[in-house]
Amino acid sequence: MKLHLKGGRLIDPVSGKDEVADILVVEGRIEKLGTSLSADPSFQVLDLKNKIVAPGFIDMHVHLREPGYEHKETIESGCAAAAAGGFTAVCCMPNTNPAIDEESVARYVREKGKQVCDGIVDVYPIAAATKGRQGEELAPMAELVEAGAVGFSDDGSPIASAEMMRRALEYASMFHLPILQHAEEPTMTKGGCMNEGFTSTRLGMPGIPSVAEELMIARDILLLRYVRQARYHVAHISTRGSVDLVRAAKRAGLPVTCEVTPHHFTLTEDAVSSFDTNTKMNPPLRTREDVDAMKEGLRDGTIDVIATDHAPHTIDEKEVEYTQAPFGIIGLETAIGLSITGLVRTNVLSLYQLVEKFSTNPRKILSLPPIRIAEGERANLTLIDPEVQWRVDVAQSRSKSRNTPFHGHQLRGKAIGIINNDRYLLF
Amino acid sequence: MKLQSRHLLGLEGMSKEELTLILDTAVSFREILDRPIKKVPPLQGKTVVNLFFESSTRTRISFELAERRLSADVVSFATAASSVGKGETLKDTARNIEAMKIDMVVIRHSAPGAAHFLSRVVDANVINAGDGAHEHPTQGLLDMFTLRETFGTLEGLRVCLVGDITHSRVARSNIYGLRTMGAEVTVCGPQTLIPHDIERLGVRVYHRLEDIIPHVDVFNVLRIQLERQKSGLFPSLREYHRFFGLTKERIDRAGKPITIMHPGPINRDVELSADLADGEHSVILQQVTNGVAIRMAVLYLLGASN
Repeated sequence: MKLHLKGGRLIDPVSGKDEVADILVVEGRIEKLGTSLSADPSFQVLDLKNKIVAPGFIDMHVHLREPGYEHKETIESGCAAAAAGGFTAVCCMPNTNPAIDEESVARYVREKGKQVCDGIVDVYPIAAATKGRQGEELAPMAELVEAGAVGFSDDGSPIASAEMMRRALEYASMFHLPILQHAEEPTMTKGGCMNEGFTSTRLGMPGIPSVAEELMIARDILLLRYVRQARYHVAHISTRGSVDLVRAAKRAGLPVTCEVTPHHFTLTEDAVSSFDTNTKMNPPLRTREDVDAMKEGLRDGTIDVIATDHAPHTIDEKEVEYTQAPFGIIGLETAIGLSITGLVRTNVLSLYQLVEKFSTNPRKILSLPPIRIAEGERANLTLIDPEVQWRVDVAQSRSKSRNTPFHGHQLRGKAIGIINNDRYLLF
Repeated sequence: MKLQSRHLLGLEGMSKEELTLILDTAVSFREILDRPIKKVPPLQGKTVVNLFFESSTRTRISFELAERRLSADVVSFATAASSVGKGETLKDTARNIEAMKIDMVVIRHSAPGAAHFLSRVVDANVINAGDGAHEHPTQGLLDMFTLRETFGTLEGLRVCLVGDITHSRVARSNIYGLRTMGAEVTVCGPQTLIPHDIERLGVRVYHRLEDIIPHVDVFNVLRIQLERQKSGLFPSLREYHRFFGLTKERIDRAGKPITIMHPGPINRDVELSADLADGEHSVILQQVTNGVAIRMAVLYLLGASN
């Protein structure tokens, strides 16, 4: 592989770089970096004028469904969707069947990730924090780390017991890896299928109160203060109160981080009025005030990461009564478009900050090696056209599933290619 | 003048003109119900299926009567089990029925939005006969019809809904319909059974019957379900009856007549005392009669125009 990336805008927050330059990539490495480089005709030239060259994006919250739910998604189809969405890495959640709660399953997921899609997408398993995600006994974390786990979570369910959470934080701290909490006080959310508030009242729908999320985060922050060395990450944060809690904890110097999904900074609970089950996810779509808080949190750095919570379900699973439908939507292929449209073009974030939220910060949280765009480094890059207008057509999705509320949405900005592991893909 | 939609999914968003059209149309059908021969031909040759995924006696019989009196061919399907539990999805059930060339579907289901869902997957006209705690539009209409019959107008009428507002589709349809028609709607019940932000629907909230009794013309009393006690929403039926049960003694203190409504079935001497339910200001049985007329009007307006 020989590539000449010509005239792109390099954004590399790890080295603090933001400049227009050429890059020569040879056999997966950045051989040369400079202005107006010339290369012999054996190089394939990519004209990247007005395009972004960023360190490879990582989606630290996806559900690849394999093993166990291959009818929804496989590691292969999920990686294809990730690549098409501009991601060179994904972290897959352990709510598979069997759960990723022991070495062999974690190894299977990692190895499978290397085999599919030419290995262009790195697959990092997030392992279960407790056995079977039951919240009762610790999963064998040390073994899981050896097998490639980069964090621990019972995602889909919270770690509800305070004692179990304390021990999980303590144990994981030995590996400098975070516990990723699906923050939900389960006694308050039984049967709930949308945000509790005016819209749930209008629709007569059982509600999921915002305070159920905030209670769990508040509890966990107190535990974290007690446990000290541990690291804690709030998955898919969704309420104003939650952002306030994380902001205050960060100010107090606690090692708390959090992520937000594109749907939680784009849509409000109003979308549920259609009774379209593609508006059903957990945490649910919240209010305008919460959406505004997500943007404030992204802007001021309270929210570190944008992650999709890509959650494939088949059409038959989703085309049922709202209360019966499973939670979740796919997100890998719309994440960059929704973020540029909803955050960059509205001046919530600069492109530089966007790159931090999609690459630098999640890698730091998961203790993955930082990506530098510099001579001698491995080329792990996401190429973006920040201006292109496009319409979401779910029929074109590489995912096995079709559950998105964004079909037909007009977006600005899209990945046009990725480079990783001596492979490249251009769209 | 005709209805905007080819379905009746809920009263929210319907205009005053549309609601009035249904109520006015029901007046003529109400007259037919007093004739010796109660059958008229508008839906001759049409097939209506009643899909009841939740147990119901009164609403189902009322719809069936309305359909038969309009000369429709009627098929009824009732199951207490949810479609999912039975192994066939609602969508498949709907598609199967569609394949049998049905013109109209009446659906009762425990999931909010079930009628909306159905209206998206079938070509037939869909009438919502109750979807979870969301809406029960024909109940709302028959309540409005009964009140208009009693008071002459709904404009300025003061109606209080008493009881479990959170889980009540009757409450929502009443709120949407009555407010559009210019009535003043209040709710009264334990705070644990009043849903979040209900004030934003334009209703005032009370927690003591004594506070609202002087200010109402009508109490529409909702059924309290025992399972709400088990899920921790109120302490006991005895306490509920003492603080939120409507009794003759309580009403008499108002020193003026207050009309009593109930969508049924009544828990006698729990939410409503027997003497009030059977008393001179109760219009509960008129509600039942009017229910048939309202459903005839809705079926006629949606079905006869096809």
